[in-house]
Amino acid sequence: MNPVLAAHHVSKVYRHPVRSVIGRGPSVALDDVTFTIADQTIYGLLGRNGAGKTTLMQILTGQNFASSGRVELFGQSPYENDAALANVCFVKESQRYPDVFTVANALRAAALLFPEWDNDFALSLVEDFQLPPRRRVSKLSRGMRSALGVIIGLAARSRITLFDEPYLGLDAVGRQLFYDRLLRDYADHPRTVILSTHLIDEVSALIEHVLLLDRGRLIVDAETESLREQMVTVTGPVSTVDTIAAAHHELHRDLLGSTARATLRGDFDAAGRARAAAHGVQVEPVSLQQLVVRLTTAAEPAPVSVGAVDKELSR
Amino acid sequence: MDEGRPIFLQIADQIENAIIDGSLAEEAQAPSTNELAAFHRINPATAAKGLNQLVDDGILYKKRGIGMFVSVGARATLRQRRQEQFSDQYLQPLLVEAEKLGLRAADLKEMIDAWEKAR
Repeated sequence: MNPVLAAHHVSKVYRHPVRSVIGRGPSVALDDVTFTIADQTIYGLLGRNGAGKTTLMQILTGQNFASSGRVELFGQSPYENDAALANVCFVKESQRYPDVFTVANALRAAALLFPEWDNDFALSLVEDFQLPPRRRVSKLSRGMRSALGVIIGLAARSRITLFDEPYLGLDAVGRQLFYDRLLRDYADHPRTVILSTHLIDEVSALIEHVLLLDRGRLIVDAETESLREQMVTVTGPVSTVDTIAAAHHELHRDLLGSTARATLRGDFDAAGRARAAAHGVQVEPVSLQQLVVRLTTAAEPAPVSVGAVDKELSR
Repeated sequence: MDEGRPIFLQIADQIENAIIDGSLAEEAQAPSTNELAAFHRINPATAAKGLNQLVDDGILYKKRGIGMFVSVGARATLRQRRQEQFSDQYLQPLLVEAEKLGLRAADLKEMIDAWEKAR
C-alpha cells in the first residue's frame, strides 16, 4: 500500500538564544527521523516528554519547518499546500480558539474546514461528552476543551488525523468514550490516525503500529503485536538468569537476594520458555508500557549528531 | 485482554475455546472483525489477524461477502490438538512444582484419585 505520509531524514535543531545559560549547544529536537505512514492504520507516537513528538507532528502537517530532510504528504510537500492539508486534521494539545467562540461556533468552523465533516456524528459526540453547546470555549474546563478537540478530530473524518495528547484533563470515563467512538467510527470509516500519548497501557490494544521517539531519534518503528513478542522478563535464581541473559540483549535487571529479574530483548519461542520453566525460571511477557519504559531509559544518552548541528549553524 | 500475550493469539484462543465447549457450533457464523474489535476494544486489524489465523488453520472458512464460519470437524481437530499439548502445558508445570515440594508421582496419583472420589 502506498504511504500517505512519509518523513525522510527529518532533523530539527533549536538554537538557544542564550547558550551559556543552558550550558550546552543547540538542542536537537529531531535527529534524522525516517518513516512512512500507511493508509488506514492507527499509529501510536510514543516517547517521553521532550522526545520530539509535538515537533514531529507540527513538521508532518506543515506547521513547522524541518532543519533538514523532507516530508511527503500524499506524495507532496505539506507547506502551504491547501489541497493536501484539506485531508488532514491535527488536534493539538492546547488548541486556541477566538475568545468569543462558543462550542457551537467551533463546530461550525470545523464543518467549513473539513470536507468529510459529519455533523450528525459531531452532535451525537457533543451529547456523549455532555458539552454545553452555547458556552464559550474560553469558559470550558480543561477536560471539556479536550473533549471539544476530540469531537472535532473524530467528526472531521479526515484521511489523516493526528491527535497530540488529546485528553489532558479528560477523566477515565471521557477517555474510554474517546477510545470507543474512535474504534467504532474507524471500523465504518477506515482512515489513518496518529495518536501521541503517555497513557500507553490504555491505548496499547488500539494501536496497530508503534513509533517510539527517544531524545529526537526514532528508536522503534514496528507493529505493536510483533513488538510485544520481542521482549520478556525472566525471574529466577541469579545464576540461571545469567545463563539465559547471556544469549539475549539485557535491558534491565532487578535483584532481590539470590533472585534476579531481567528484562531481555530477543526471540523467545515456546521451547525456550519451557526450558526456562524447567530450570525454575519464570518467563513473563512485557506490557507495551514497560517495554517503552525500558527502551527509553536503558539506552545511553543519544549522541548529539554533530553533523546536523554544524549544518544548521552554518546557515 | 491479558497485557503481554499477543492479542491476536488471545482472540484466536477464545474462538477456539467457544468451538471446543460447543457454544460456537460447526457451520455457525463466527463473530466479525468489527464485532470483536468493539467488544474487546482492540484494533480491527488485530481482530482480523486472529480470525485469519483460524482460517489458515482450517478452523474457520470464509463465505465471500457474508463472513466467517466454523468448519465441519473443527471441534474434533481442536480437541485433539489441545490433548496433544496438554502434557506440555499442564503436566510439566505441575511436575516442576511437585518436585519443588518433594511430592513424587505416586503422591500425585493418590491426590488425583482422592479428587475423583470427592466429586
